[in-house]
Amino acid sequence: MAKKRVVVIGGGLAGLSMTMKLSELGISVDLVSLVPVKRSHSVCAQGGINSCNDATRQLGDSEWKHLDDTVYGGDFLNHQPPVKEMCDWGPKVIDLMDRLGVTFNRTDEGFLDRRRFGGTLYKRTAFAGATTGQQLLYALDEQVRRWECEGLVRKFEHFDFSAPIIDDQGVCRGAVIQNLHSMEFLALPADSVVIASGGPGLIYGRSTMSVMCNGSAASRCVQVGAKFGNAEFIQVHPTAIPGADKLRLMSESARGEGGRVWVPRKPQDPRDPKTIPDAERYYFLEERYPKYKNLVPRDIATREIFDICVNDGLSVDGDKMCVYLDLTHIPRAELDRKLGGILDIYQKFQGVDPRDVPMKIFPAVHYSMGGLWTDYEKSSSGGLVVGSSRNHETNIPNLYAIGECDYHYHGANRLGANSLLSCIFTGLVVGPGIETKLSASKTAAADLPSALFENAVAAEKQRQKAIIDRPPSSQNPYQIHLELGDVMTRAATVVRRNDQLRSALATVAELEQRAKVASLADTGNWTNQNVIFTKSLQDMFPLAKAILQGALQRDECRGAHFKPDFAMPSLTAPTRDGRLLEAEQWCDRFEENTAKWVKSTIATYDKGDMKLSYEDVDTSLIPPRPRLYGLVGAEEIEIVWNRRAAAKAQGNPHAAKAAASPAVAST
Amino acid sequence: MIASAKPSMIKIRVKRQDGPGQSSYWQNFDIPYEDNLNIISVLQKIAANPKTRDGKTVAPVAWDCGCLEEVCGACTMVINGRVRQSCSALIDRLLEDAPSGEIVLEPMSKFPVVRDLVVDRARVFQSLKKVKAWVSVDGYYDMGPGPKQSRAQQEAAYPLSECMSCGCCMEACPQFTKVEVERKAGESEEEYQKRAAEAYNVAFVGPHAINQAVLFNNNPTGQFAKAERLDALMEPGGIQVCGNAQNCVAVCPKHIPLTTSIAQAGRAVTVHAIKKFFE
Repeated sequence: MAKKRVVVIGGGLAGLSMTMKLSELGISVDLVSLVPVKRSHSVCAQGGINSCNDATRQLGDSEWKHLDDTVYGGDFLNHQPPVKEMCDWGPKVIDLMDRLGVTFNRTDEGFLDRRRFGGTLYKRTAFAGATTGQQLLYALDEQVRRWECEGLVRKFEHFDFSAPIIDDQGVCRGAVIQNLHSMEFLALPADSVVIASGGPGLIYGRSTMSVMCNGSAASRCVQVGAKFGNAEFIQVHPTAIPGADKLRLMSESARGEGGRVWVPRKPQDPRDPKTIPDAERYYFLEERYPKYKNLVPRDIATREIFDICVNDGLSVDGDKMCVYLDLTHIPRAELDRKLGGILDIYQKFQGVDPRDVPMKIFPAVHYSMGGLWTDYEKSSSGGLVVGSSRNHETNIPNLYAIGECDYHYHGANRLGANSLLSCIFTGLVVGPGIETKLSASKTAAADLPSALFENAVAAEKQRQKAIIDRPPSSQNPYQIHLELGDVMTRAATVVRRNDQLRSALATVAELEQRAKVASLADTGNWTNQNVIFTKSLQDMFPLAKAILQGALQRDECRGAHFKPDFAMPSLTAPTRDGRLLEAEQWCDRFEENTAKWVKSTIATYDKGDMKLSYEDVDTSLIPPRPRLYGLVGAEEIEIVWNRRAAAKAQGNPHAAKAAASPAVAST
Repeated sequence: MIASAKPSMIKIRVKRQDGPGQSSYWQNFDIPYEDNLNIISVLQKIAANPKTRDGKTVAPVAWDCGCLEEVCGACTMVINGRVRQSCSALIDRLLEDAPSGEIVLEPMSKFPVVRDLVVDRARVFQSLKKVKAWVSVDGYYDMGPGPKQSRAQQEAAYPLSECMSCGCCMEACPQFTKVEVERKAGESEEEYQKRAAEAYNVAFVGPHAINQAVLFNNNPTGQFAKAERLDALMEPGGIQVCGNAQNCVAVCPKHIPLTTSIAQAGRAVTVHAIKKFFE
């Protein structure tokens, strides 16, 4: 029997940790990436990586609290067993990265320094300046290079993943990849294929994502039958620097280190911001959310910034929407030590030193909570069975998905500094499961009849030839992409309305037709970036439709998915008794909504269309409860809700545990 | 600050090459001026509408890019004679410095051209293999935290580890010369890569790899393999090739103290060589 191999698509944190773990287990890996893996999008992650730690533990924190913050912040759409396992591994993952040489910031005594991030009251976040993703990625890149020298890893850098190879039984047997320079196609037989390709930000045109984050790898799996979960849950980061080519992230850590968001109380106050006295500044997050202040979860901060600019007309500038993110009260030396990387980015691209002048920022598309549907095996303690080959396997046997392109961990809204953890964790935890998978099979993919692989390559050659041979047309792929980004950004970001979503679906269908006839300026066969882009553009449409349809059908508000027409109301009665009565009705409605909508949206591809269905979410560890950050009447709702939760908890140990912890944020 | 008279058109001159081993040629493009453009957005506009100044439709210019915020290192090229990342090369700033209004884009000259502005930087990563730029941990099981480190140690290591392998220091280094391994007819990709790696291994490793060797030699666990890294720096293409021109540190976009690293490595290699002599 030929040697069994695994193909990993994508060399960011998830793909690299998977490759490194498989190598340790003695399994050979073919690692495929559009860019040299050291340049993967994980380099853009800035703020840090979360785990419960020795200091927070003594303040009452625990892995369970990390789980609770994650699912509460995610509005209970997270699958709790994998999240529990992730939070349990958190401290171990950070210890490992420390051993690998990550230059985490240190305390005076030499321990890892920690800072606070959104959606928690604990300082859980370890960080390396403000380039934590880069530093973590480099550590994994270095380990994988070591395994490359040992002969266990073959890298295919500057290669595009064209399609998974699926046999007649519907089992994945490898991948077709394409050399971006020679344009040649190659079949890689594999006994498991792991998709670790990150997010689909390019569907929105400009976002905080890198240019290779086009979603094509996930889409190509969807188009051969892989299910896609929770597509409509797209995180819009509250703070980014608007730019012509990209919206550059300004990390949440800026607020974690004391940064304050404000606008002048007088609309478009022309004064130098430093001369505007405190009384004439509106620190709207601090006023509206006295408990979490500037560190409310991202979906909330984003909506407030949007609201202050769009509805209150308080944007700092008249011609473009932005608010101040102010660090100027923090000593320069501290800023340089903890946030240097991001402040340099602002200075470089805006020409202004944010240590002296408040930054101007606005929300931007940032992360996809949704992704390829995958299975898992739940353990008796409520986490994952480590080593189970079901963990992170898609509905296509032998095809796996990890990292940003899976869908379990972040529910309806991801907490800051949880993504680096989920990416590294999924790589590490799924490795042993793949080992189980490989040892269970009696044949190696490389021994299968060569026709399977030849046919797969031929199909991809045919697809490319058909695009190159198109007759000249007035349709330009880059123009279509601009229009796609525009319609997606308008319809499916911060505020969503059904009429706009319907109209966007029609526009997207039109754009898809135009993309099918768009002709290329470059028809050559050497480093043809035109044809690669055109293919990835076409593959954006299934995911774009899944996002829009998912958003259209989900008539509720949950995390990043906000539909004002279906928002739960504030309590309005003037008296406390009146509000308690209202709170009863509010809680009834909340329970109905929970029963209806604590469901994963599952999109499947059907001859060009996306079909939706809904699937239960495992909330067995922490039952859903109202997410009340900042709602008027929160206090009364909390009273009513806690009474109900306590009644229900009789006889249910998990629920009792949840009820015993402070169940609801009071403001 | 921003030049008072903004041009209506931005004049772009691009050095093009259709493939490895082919001769290069120049093309001119005019892009309507907009505020706040960078080289990436200009190249995107050329890709969307690849017409030269004289109205001829040509193949779009090929170039590499990734993060667009100067942390991935992909988009390095030579802009108006200076090697740098094209994402952080802002048009308004370039126009201030080049009053002629022309912006000249060339591929890096020390790496083989793949096409247009795309170059093959496999040698950069090969040099990281040569100096064993990693911490040789026993494995990835939970073994508790790494050794404690002082804040001073972290603050010394962090700038060195910000290196994104972009190639600027190598482009600027007079001792770092181009190595281009031509493909042979009928040769497989693997055979070619093996041959290229052998050629890269005896050529100068460059400031980038020396800096990485220092980073790992200073790491509390990484130092256990210090001797192997110093051995590598004593081989052909090692630190002795450095002519101390100090161009590397001047062009590094991350302001990494490359010459300090080189000096540190130089001393360590000397001590190591003397020790070996007496062994």
